[in-house]
Amino acid sequence: MNRRELIKTISVLTGAALVGGELFLAGCRERNEPIFGEHDIAFFDEVAETILPRTNTPGAKDAEVGKFIALYASDCYNKMQQQTLKQGITQLNDASLKEFKATFVKLSAEQKNVLLTNVDKDAKDHSRNNTTSPHYFTLIKQLTLLGFFTSKPGATEVLRYLPLPGGYQGCIDYNGETAWS
Amino acid sequence: MAGSSGTSVKQEEITSFDAIVVGSGISGGWAAKELCEKGLKTLVLERGRNVEHIKDYPTANTPVWDFKYRGALPEKVLDANPYISKAAGYDASTAHFFIKDADHPYIQEKPFEWIRGYQVGGKSLIWGRACARWSEMDFTAPHRYGYGIEWPIGYNDVAPWYSHVEKFIGVCGNKEGIDTMPDGEFLPAFELNCVEQHLKEAVASKFNRHYVSGRWAQVTQPQAIHKEQHRQCLSRNLCMRGCPLGGYFSSNASTLPAAEKTGNLTIRPFSVVHSIIYDEQSGKATGVKVIDANTKKEIIFHAKIIFLNASALNTNLVLLNSTSRRFPNGLGNDNGLLGKYIGFHNYRAGMSGEFDGFEDKYYKVSKPSECIIPNFRNVYQKDTDFVGGYVIFSAGYREKLNDKNIPKALGAAFKDAISKPGKWGAYMYMQGETIPKESNHVRLSKDKKDEWGIPLLITSVDYDDNDDKMVKDFIEQGRAMLEAAGAKNIVVNENRQPPGLDIHEMGGVRMGKDPANSLLNEWNQLHHCKNVFVTDGACMTSTGNQSPSILYMSLTARAANYAVEQLKKGAL
Repeated sequence: MNRRELIKTISVLTGAALVGGELFLAGCRERNEPIFGEHDIAFFDEVAETILPRTNTPGAKDAEVGKFIALYASDCYNKMQQQTLKQGITQLNDASLKEFKATFVKLSAEQKNVLLTNVDKDAKDHSRNNTTSPHYFTLIKQLTLLGFFTSKPGATEVLRYLPLPGGYQGCIDYNGETAWS
Repeated sequence: MAGSSGTSVKQEEITSFDAIVVGSGISGGWAAKELCEKGLKTLVLERGRNVEHIKDYPTANTPVWDFKYRGALPEKVLDANPYISKAAGYDASTAHFFIKDADHPYIQEKPFEWIRGYQVGGKSLIWGRACARWSEMDFTAPHRYGYGIEWPIGYNDVAPWYSHVEKFIGVCGNKEGIDTMPDGEFLPAFELNCVEQHLKEAVASKFNRHYVSGRWAQVTQPQAIHKEQHRQCLSRNLCMRGCPLGGYFSSNASTLPAAEKTGNLTIRPFSVVHSIIYDEQSGKATGVKVIDANTKKEIIFHAKIIFLNASALNTNLVLLNSTSRRFPNGLGNDNGLLGKYIGFHNYRAGMSGEFDGFEDKYYKVSKPSECIIPNFRNVYQKDTDFVGGYVIFSAGYREKLNDKNIPKALGAAFKDAISKPGKWGAYMYMQGETIPKESNHVRLSKDKKDEWGIPLLITSVDYDDNDDKMVKDFIEQGRAMLEAAGAKNIVVNENRQPPGLDIHEMGGVRMGKDPANSLLNEWNQLHHCKNVFVTDGACMTSTGNQSPSILYMSLTARAANYAVEQLKKGAL
């Protein structure tokens, strides 16, 4: 997977330039103490799985996307972005309690989908009016896409991957298959 | 391979050879192969570490998910390497084949970002692999239009050597019969994809220009020599990590193994060349002074002929530092032009656009090459307000993921829709000729030295308004061609990147007919010290518009064969 191409698509899909993308193209800071703990990772996993669920192919949890979000946000986000993401965990749980009387991870898959579909609308509205400080859900969604499609399950079992391709063909019929990773 | 640093070897190190080659990159590897195959005991001096084909490609089989940040580098690596980290292709999978900025200082009088790869194989491991020939018009243009001196050779002198090189390294391409980009000895080309075919037709019918599959150093169909060297390209498209299949040409996969097979090759890594030793009585160079990179010990190696293939600017540096009573300003530098007339390539603009349609077409995996529009400017007469020409590299592609008409914001349907290939697009970028000028030069620092006691190089190289005009013309022409093919949402990216990042630095020791205005003759010999040959980018009289590596390789093979003939005649 070519990172530059992936980043461009992620920006279109989330309606905002990839946050920390300049660092994903450039570099990340190696940190000794993690900013996000096991609970946060489990939370990210649930959100990510709602965005990219397991179907007949692997989903976000299979790809350990929660772990990737925690690592990337720790090492490649600035303090403001990290703060937005941390507060996002609280904000999403608050919205969940308000709507369904339970914290987010306790919701059914259907409830999670409904809740996040609404949050996604808010995030896109936010991005249209505010290009400097991103919405927390934009951050999670971007890192979910980035982490998933560069993971082994995402790159090889959802997208198509041939480690030793051979037989390049320039112009063939396309019948709805998934993209080459 | 005698690849030791010399210090751990008990017996006396051999210091006398028939030939010495300084540098093991694209041209040095060729000098080594030709000289060894003609029976000369040859020493290749490489300032960096050894890199053995396959064994020393640590990331060659590492998938993206096994890199900590999926390929991004830690910020501290980038902060420590402000110049080298801007090089094309530099990331976590390739960084080990580039120098670290702090290890190899130089002085930028004007911004110049000098990209180096110090290891056996040099930058041949990380090159772009485009391999088109120069046309006769490219050789004659500078003199015809009055922006340079006459080349002492023309297309017909080099053509057989292009063939010799192409057959050995493996170059894919189609025979097209284009007079501005002569055909060669090609392996099967990578096919155009459907948008590229569409662009080809639009560019031909509306502009009478050519849009063809790029000639690339990929072994698409192994011939006997490639089978012997276990080389075949399988379109992994991870070339710059070093290819375990030998799919693309590098010294490590190709010329150095061929040289080694003769039993005549000695490679000495960690050997920083200080200078060439000149003997006034015989009027020849007698050897090379080396500083061992690790022990800092000085060692002298002797040989009958010396090939300088240290990379363009380092070759200038070595000659400038080779001073003697006869040559107080550098070896062969009677006219004071050594280090001057530095050229490079202009990559300052690119663009991309989207294409509607073609949704029922795709490709099978991606190809490790691009398409090319050969130069169409100032070929037979001057038809613009600038001199020189440019080629355009281009490719069509489908976005890796789909971002159009996605039914849901998340969930199963969302995942399904985005996992498909997206919209078609195409990009173009320029590679333009620059005018070598006396003011664009390199010279040695008078007081600053590196850790091996060698003066630092000062670079004083810049663009001029000819380059600006060429950029403007490319943007107009590129846009017009994309629009004519129906591209939408065209985005132009005009960068102001300093010279150096093109990694096509050339000149300083230019070839010419007249010793009054050149340093090298038609056989790449120093006019004033005939057993020293310069066949890397330093020898270039003008920059042309095609990627230069295959010309360096061809000039090297040509000069090496001449050198052996002359040596046998007793003329060197």
